[in-house]
Amino acid sequence: MIRFTLLRFRVQAAVAAAGLLIIAIILAVTGPHLAHVYDTTLRACQQQGDCTLALGTLPPSPDGTLRALLYALVVAVPGLIGMFWGAPLAARELEAGTFRLAWTQGITRTRWLAAKLGVIGALSMLTAELLSLMVTWWASPIETASMDRLAPGVFHAGGIVPAGYAAFAFALGLTAGLLTRRTLPAIAITLVIFTAAQLAVPAFLRPQLIAPVHLSSPLAIASVTQMGTANATPAGGGTLFVQAQPDIPGAWILSSDIVTPAGRPADTLPAGQACSESHSRQACEAYIASFHLRHSVTYQPGSRYWALQWYETGIYLGLALVLAGLCFLRIGPAARRPGGPARASGGAATASGPWRWLGPRHLSRRRGRASGPWPGSRRGTRSRPLSRS
Amino acid sequence: MTAVIEARGLGKRYGRRWALADCTLAVPAGRVVGLVGPNGAGKTTLLQLAAGLLAPTSGAITVLGHHPGGSPAQLSRVGFVAQDSPLYAGLSVAGHLRMGAWLNPGWDTEYAARRIRQLGLDLRQRAGSLSGGQRAQLALILAAAKRPELLLLDEPVASLDPLARREFLQGLMETVAEHGASVVLSSHLIADVERVCDFLIVLTASHVRAAGETEALLASHHRLSGPYRDPGTLPASWEVIEESHTGKQSVLLVRTDDPVLDPAWTDRPVSLEDLILAYLRQPGSGTGAGRPGLEVAS
Repeated sequence: MIRFTLLRFRVQAAVAAAGLLIIAIILAVTGPHLAHVYDTTLRACQQQGDCTLALGTLPPSPDGTLRALLYALVVAVPGLIGMFWGAPLAARELEAGTFRLAWTQGITRTRWLAAKLGVIGALSMLTAELLSLMVTWWASPIETASMDRLAPGVFHAGGIVPAGYAAFAFALGLTAGLLTRRTLPAIAITLVIFTAAQLAVPAFLRPQLIAPVHLSSPLAIASVTQMGTANATPAGGGTLFVQAQPDIPGAWILSSDIVTPAGRPADTLPAGQACSESHSRQACEAYIASFHLRHSVTYQPGSRYWALQWYETGIYLGLALVLAGLCFLRIGPAARRPGGPARASGGAATASGPWRWLGPRHLSRRRGRASGPWPGSRRGTRSRPLSRS
Repeated sequence: MTAVIEARGLGKRYGRRWALADCTLAVPAGRVVGLVGPNGAGKTTLLQLAAGLLAPTSGAITVLGHHPGGSPAQLSRVGFVAQDSPLYAGLSVAGHLRMGAWLNPGWDTEYAARRIRQLGLDLRQRAGSLSGGQRAQLALILAAAKRPELLLLDEPVASLDPLARREFLQGLMETVAEHGASVVLSSHLIADVERVCDFLIVLTASHVRAAGETEALLASHHRLSGPYRDPGTLPASWEVIEESHTGKQSVLLVRTDDPVLDPAWTDRPVSLEDLILAYLRQPGSGTGAGRPGLEVAS
């Protein structure tokens, strides 16, 4: 079955290989130049001791645009894999009726599914990871300089998470295809769920995978990026406005707040005269210092990069395994032996076992043709024809 | 005689509709069995249950003594040609043969190659561009080259023109002669069934109405005509399949294993076509539903 799976998959595999090759060529052409620019600029600025300014002038375009595109591609490819490799895999067999050919060959449908899952799942992970490795290699000078690989938009493109995304997306597509028995809805479901996961995980899950570090320190005037007044009146009314940038290299800053010594947000402090436009910066800084403000920062340190990578990959792989398990349950053996799992699952009251809620919609689709892996036979209650009159 | 398919109280329900209900039958080995009935009668459901593609809702079915579709060994013993002969449209003829060889332990390479040659199929051609007749033939080769003990064919000739149909059935009969497999063939084309089948199962409105050797079935059915009789006064052992009454005359098609002795009746033999049509004309699940599926007389 592995050989046959590969035979059936050779076109898709060739398309993926060609795509990877094209991207590899683009990266190989632009990569050395990018590395050279970063190398010389960084060496020059390090001699002067401050690279913040120099980095700001570095490749905004076209490399910056290319970088953003490539990072987006690394997360889009698993999604595409789910939509175009996973979703049609079972759905097209069911739609075209070829499952009647496939599942009556001399192998059980469990073996059929295992081969498809194993072979194409592995190829999905390989494709995503190869792409990620190429992009990471290309972008490594930028990441070394900007130290932002934990940042959302960058994290997902490196390390091992792309393989986890690919496994999840593929299993998701396959499951959606088995459940809907239709290619297009399966593709749509895969797209929606995968996108939702990609939006929700960085926003809600990833920051909490490891308890973030809280740091509260006296506000250093050097870290203040903006100060001034809001709603100021000539008489010194209005509120003081202070913003600061924490200086923690490589960290993913989750929150950064300026608070009063009592711990309240420092957004209602009186503006005073010192920070109005007529006074010097020093006067304003001294005025701010008089409040003894504190800088409260929540962040994930850069050293946790690999730990976060492993956790997130583990979660996605776990989800992929759960979905794969669902597929096996769904496809099941054709019928249960008397006394087999069907009876063990009990519930003579439910007509078609655990999948009852999925049943009737597809069933009378076409005359007597609608068929498929409906596990769970009704035992115990011997059924009778409807009309007994 | 051993049974290749044995069903007891077999039923399959889709939602609220029973596609097959209370089906009890035994199909003997070594026969070419015709499964006849109108569209939607449950033929496909019965065959898919036997192929292990469906799980029964009620009752039980055994195929070649085992539960269908449960193991690779069981799957290898049953060849199945589904309705419309599904094939992978993008896969070549050679690709299909490779699939058969890789997925079936008992694959007969020599037979498959010979049949392909005889039919003049191009190995490089994609299945999607084959004609209907060629598709059906290729599907039959795939199922038969497994060397199955039982070959199930679901409406294999329904979509073929008369010439392709004849060729297909000829190919089937050659295969059966060569391999000695039992065959169950569903069709709503009586002429085809008459040509190749020696055992008959009549299925209408989800119920088995008659099952038995063609000759035994013909012998137990009588076309009777005689003076008008009140239907209520007919012998209890008679099962009236069809009746028409005019003021003076009654014409009946009855099934009975007893000889018709009443001299008032003129007893004429029934043709297979008459017999099948009479069953197909019977009103839905009205009178027949309560009756158990008829047993095999063997």
